[in-house]
Amino acid sequence: MTSKQIERRFDAFKTFMAIAIALGIAFIVISFVSESPVEAIATFITGPLQRKSRIGNILEMMTPIMFTGTAICIMYQANQFNMIGEGAFLIAANLTTWFAVTHETWSGLPLQIACLRVGIVTGVVAAFIPAILKVKFKANEVVSSIMMNYILLNVSNYILYYKMRDTVSGQQASYKIPERAKFAKIWTGTRVHTGIFIALAVAVLMYFFIYRTKWGYAIRMVGANANFAKYSGISIVSVAMATQLIGGAIAGLGGSVEMLGMYDRFIWYGTQPGYGFDGIMVGVLAKNNPILVPLAAFFLAYMRIGADVMNRMSDVPIEFVDVVQGLIIMFVAAEMFLSKYKHKLIVNNAKKQLEAKEAAE
Amino acid sequence: MPEEILLMDKITKVYPNGFVANKDVTLSINKGEIHALVGENGAGKSTLMKVLFGIEQPEEGKIYIKGKEVKINNPLEAIANGVGMVHQHFMLVPSLTVAENVVLGMEPKKNGLFDFEEAVRITEEAVNKYNLKVSARAKVEDLPVGFKQKVEIIKALVRGAEILILDEPTAVLTPQETAELFVELKHLRDQGHTIVFISHKLNEIKELCDRLTVLRLGKSVGKAIVADVTEQEISKMMVGRDVVLKVEKTKAEPKETVLKVRDLRIASDTGRTIVDNISFSVRKGEILGVAGVEGNGQSQISEAITGLLGFQNGSITVNGVDVKGKSIRRIREMGVSHVSEDRMTYGVAATSGVKDNVISDRYYKKEFNKGLLMDKKKIEDLSDRLIKEFLIKCDDRDRAVKMLSGGNMQKVVVAREFSNNPKLVIANQPTRGIDVGATEFIRKRLVELRDEGTAVLLISADLNEVLELSDSLIVMNEGHIAAYIPDASSISDMELGEYMLGVKKQTPEEIARVAYD
Ligand SMILES: Nc1ncnc2c1ncn2[C@@H]1O[C@H](COP(=O)(O)OP(=O)(O)OP(=O)(O)O)[C@@H](O)[C@H]1O
Ligand SMILES: [Mg+2]
Repeated sequence: MTSKQIERRFDAFKTFMAIAIALGIAFIVISFVSESPVEAIATFITGPLQRKSRIGNILEMMTPIMFTGTAICIMYQANQFNMIGEGAFLIAANLTTWFAVTHETWSGLPLQIACLRVGIVTGVVAAFIPAILKVKFKANEVVSSIMMNYILLNVSNYILYYKMRDTVSGQQASYKIPERAKFAKIWTGTRVHTGIFIALAVAVLMYFFIYRTKWGYAIRMVGANANFAKYSGISIVSVAMATQLIGGAIAGLGGSVEMLGMYDRFIWYGTQPGYGFDGIMVGVLAKNNPILVPLAAFFLAYMRIGADVMNRMSDVPIEFVDVVQGLIIMFVAAEMFLSKYKHKLIVNNAKKQLEAKEAAE
Repeated sequence: MPEEILLMDKITKVYPNGFVANKDVTLSINKGEIHALVGENGAGKSTLMKVLFGIEQPEEGKIYIKGKEVKINNPLEAIANGVGMVHQHFMLVPSLTVAENVVLGMEPKKNGLFDFEEAVRITEEAVNKYNLKVSARAKVEDLPVGFKQKVEIIKALVRGAEILILDEPTAVLTPQETAELFVELKHLRDQGHTIVFISHKLNEIKELCDRLTVLRLGKSVGKAIVADVTEQEISKMMVGRDVVLKVEKTKAEPKETVLKVRDLRIASDTGRTIVDNISFSVRKGEILGVAGVEGNGQSQISEAITGLLGFQNGSITVNGVDVKGKSIRRIREMGVSHVSEDRMTYGVAATSGVKDNVISDRYYKKEFNKGLLMDKKKIEDLSDRLIKEFLIKCDDRDRAVKMLSGGNMQKVVVAREFSNNPKLVIANQPTRGIDVGATEFIRKRLVELRDEGTAVLLISADLNEVLELSDSLIVMNEGHIAAYIPDASSISDMELGEYMLGVKKQTPEEIARVAYD
């Protein structure tokens, strides 16, 4: 076995161990607050799979965070820590709705395509502002994109309130999105919709983009060592701009898909729905590799649903549910976890090989 | 019977990726000797010293200092055991004074505040005791490299180092500075200090060291008393074959001018003039050497030519095309290759694989792409070919460059920059830190490039190299050209050193000849 194989196998094993240990700790924590900790943790682990509707919930939940997660992967690959995913997602969902409700007369497919386009363009525009501030004025993109998110939240509130609020609905909600603009449900009894295929396609496409195309190569080199990239003739400014715009586009597309797949009306008023921040978590868990995004998104969604079930079915208070979630993510994301043990495995293996080689000589 | 001060017994070090860098290495050092540690790039010299200094932990083996077994878990414990190390890449704070750097981490206090005068006193005491001439109040960033190194040595000595490790200390020094360092090191030895000296320059080892230990492929393969062996024998022990450092080369036949630099002036961000109105030309089929102590504007010249650095006045043309305002890619596409002297900053992306590092200047070209995707096969073939051709020691093409030894990283840079059919090569310290075998190879390649009609600008602090390879040469001092020597074989080391240090200078008319106008 080569050291590389060990490393790969170990990574899978590590994730498994991380979850096991985190659950162990969670169990201890839960036993302080619960009368029946065993059942509580069991509902957490197996709950999400016990009903079709819950499995559906997982798939529904992972769809939007696959988009924002992939967006993060692209930007983080080039060391562009743009947090615009949140705002781009929200404003794209908002404008998509507005577009849909004002173009009711269009027929199905053209309307859907136009809606997705609105989402993509909106995302690009949203990301453009922090991106250009960064490359032109060296404004830190973390700060400016977070500020941008607040601006976009309020723009979204404004549009909802003054442009498309359905006063009949009795709440802060838009007019109804026309039925024919919506994505088809693909699994009866759940709300899982065709958007999940778009999300998967985007992740796979972006994987090829990053690891197999010349543009992706340039992005990775800028991320690995910007000075080296520059010295080699790669334009850092173009890469910085491009990655952030692509990130915005994907997050924006996600906003549209989520709207058309899951909602009747636009109802996010006053708070950020949080998909952008979940995207960061997904990106980190996926180690910025888009191909791992579906897995990471599934994992996160599974935990969310599990926590939700545990919350409803056991006596564990909701706060602890979050603690358990946090624990698991921390362990899975920890780089150095079990590294001593891994080193030992590799050393032993290397020694054996060396001896074998010497014996052969 | 000499007293054994240090014994590293059967040290085995395996890096986290499974690479066995040291295997049962034994190193025995006597008190008061200068002991050379030699071996090819990647033989495991730095690794062994990192183990001794507590930066890396060995998997097996024991370390004895003065006969007592010690465990060295980190540099602080190494220092406590009287071991000091001067790294190849200096670890000083440039914006602080010498005295502040010397006492860093053990600052003297008065009334709870840093006592600068006391720091100066401590430093000067060491300066006088060990005869290392450097001013305690000078700012480190204003010091030439040779002095920075002295500061590093003083730092180690002040911390009570009895055993001093020097990892390739002379790679960046002029002959004068090297000679001075050797006097100081011998002085230290006479005062009872013990020195471990790593170098790829065998003449230095002959001159300075008492005994030597040879590492090869992670194992200790030989020991010798330096006086008993010749340089040839040493390199044979290291490489396993005879090495010829003398490069065979015919007389150059320079053709038309490729690189034309006229009245070039470069100022730093703070407005200080770094390169002052210099003019020179490099012709097709010749190697123009640039000799000079590092930091006299050479790096800035190479960065200005290759587009990394802007310049204020003057012009730079390559085959008649002005480079000013052109992007780095455009300049590279004009056939300009650049071996940067700062390999960790510019030369490589350390966390990426060897493969990704050798294609960074050409990845976008048609020949490496198939439709939308990159042509994996072609890229792999290219990297495998370069790894083989340039003798890069790595177990596969995706191995991260940071896991290669210093010399092998340099080979990655050279492999890329020499293999894209350059018309002009700017080679800045091309063989820095490379072992004798690989140096021989790279020098040969440079001459081959020249013979194929490439113009070569060779910048090197290694005088032997400049003298060996250059057809003609210029000497830089404080941003000026101090001398132009049309026939590099006609000048001696010492005379060259005088120009480099600014003791001697040619007339403007003599210097103007290098423009070939
Ligand atoms: N962090 C690391 N991880 C994996 N392998 C490493 C690491 N550092 C060094 N190596 C490997 O260990 C070997 C020995 O490296 P080392 O730096 O000790 O060589 P060296 O003798 O100092 O060479 P040089 O003369 O080029 O400086 C090299 O082959 C290198 O690839
Ligand atoms: Mg080394």
